Amino acid sequence: MSRRAGLAAAALAMAACGGASAEELVMSLGTDRIAIRSNFTGAALSVVGIVERDAATVPRAAGYDAVVTVLGPRGAVSVWQKRLIGPLWLNLDQRKYIAIPAFISVMSNRPLDAIVQEGLRVKQRIGVEALLPEQSQSRGADAPEFRAALQRLRRAEGLFVSNEAAVRFITPSVLQARIEIPGRAPLGVYTVDLALFADGALLARKEQNFSVTKAGLEQAFTIAAAEMSLLYGILTSLTALMFGWLASAVFRRD
Amino acid sequence: MQIYLPIAELPVDILLLLGLSVAVGFISGMFGVGGGFLMTPLLIFIGIPPAVAVATQSAQITATSTTAALFYWRRNALDLKMGGLLLCGGLAGTLLGVLFFNALRRVGQLETFITLSYVALLGATGALMLAESVRAMFMARSGRAKPARRGGRHFWYEGLPFKMRFPRSGLYVSIIPLLALSLFIGFAGAVLGIGGGFILVPALIYIFRVPTALVAGTSQFQILFSMIAATMLHAVTNQSVDLVLASLLIIGGVIGAQFGARAGIGLRAETFRFLLALLVLAVALRIGEDLVAVPREPFSATPTETAR
Repeated sequence: MSRRAGLAAAALAMAACGGASAEELVMSLGTDRIAIRSNFTGAALSVVGIVERDAATVPRAAGYDAVVTVLGPRGAVSVWQKRLIGPLWLNLDQRKYIAIPAFISVMSNRPLDAIVQEGLRVKQRIGVEALLPEQSQSRGADAPEFRAALQRLRRAEGLFVSNEAAVRFITPSVLQARIEIPGRAPLGVYTVDLALFADGALLARKEQNFSVTKAGLEQAFTIAAAEMSLLYGILTSLTALMFGWLASAVFRRD
Repeated sequence: MQIYLPIAELPVDILLLLGLSVAVGFISGMFGVGGGFLMTPLLIFIGIPPAVAVATQSAQITATSTTAALFYWRRNALDLKMGGLLLCGGLAGTLLGVLFFNALRRVGQLETFITLSYVALLGATGALMLAESVRAMFMARSGRAKPARRGGRHFWYEGLPFKMRFPRSGLYVSIIPLLALSLFIGFAGAVLGIGGGFILVPALIYIFRVPTALVAGTSQFQILFSMIAATMLHAVTNQSVDLVLASLLIIGGVIGAQFGARAGIGLRAETFRFLLALLVLAVALRIGEDLVAVPREPFSATPTETAR
């Protein structure tokens, strides 16, 4: 928290208007829980941000920029590279990354390059690139091609997304965005981070969570499979036996 | 129409899954094989995690082999004593297979192992079957009878100890090779998500000379119980059995198998084996292609297995 306050303070200083009070951000998420039922193919939730100013706040001639970053639950990921061994291509080289978000969506009102200069992004954790760790945790030196591959693969799966036109300012101080969660998105706690910029400087930041969890039958199956696995196994076997017997009875040819 | 699979944790198209399982069911009904060797790679191909595909497939094979075993049971076309013996080996193999499966999953090499074994197993079986069926077809055409088995000729494995009499099949053989075979098939079944019928049937016919009329029933009997065991073991040890996915596969498979069985009736035995061999080889080649072709994307990223 203090680091973020520090960043905001630094940003203020860069705005070259010391003394004036900063903008405050208010954020509202459409929901704090996305329930996965049997018809789940993805979900969307809206995020609304309001910039609060008072009389002492500096006027911003250029208007505000906003970046909404959605991060899924973090977990270790192994990136494998196939190499030719004799006639076969086999997974041989591996880099293991810990704490990679399973889902990343970076949305902004205009291209990130126009909002904040590239050199600051890693420190401010803005953009997909900046959210992936620098170093891998494994034998062998980290190689940039592994990190690039991870990004490429996740983007192809729709799990890493960036959209530079997804944030819309309804009024100069009210912004809105639609967070799209794909059907393959992993379960867990997601973080929505809203960052407000003006003239390339970070003014304010706000964070809120929502969770993606199974509900209803989907949840019942999962709990049964994990906690009553013997019963679940028996149930599955009986289902199979019953279907097999039914088929034999229905389609009996003799 | 999409449905969310609770254990695989992703949505799939119901019609696509039903279509696939009807098609595989048709082939399995036609040839009297479980169809696991087709379905498991297809499931992995459409994005189901390999662990879930293999574990769930065992439930589907249970259903298919129940229907088949009942069919042969009613016709009294199965050797219960031999089936029981095969089952002993099969159960032990299944247990070892599930343990091995979980170990591979932990070290992250499950996918590679599944791919390599599929190619080896399907390639070898397919090639042997193809050669045999072409020879048989050639002989049938040239009008020569199949050379009869010469009475005095014995293979080395026929001299092994622990002989047992199987009155139903009219055999007196050592149980060692029988147990070894069923152990291997149980093991392969649990690791690869296949019933193993396409190995067991030719082995019983050519190696053990079990009467052809009893082979299909006996092998289905052994597969049924091995697969129940595999379903239970996968459910208890790695929680990867997806009941929703299994139900969809079973429904499609059962329907497809009925039509397949009808379509298979008119086929001549050699043609039948020839077509099955081609099918098995085609699957092996398709999977093998991924191993030898220059990959379009040499990288892959997998979440490191953690307890959910």
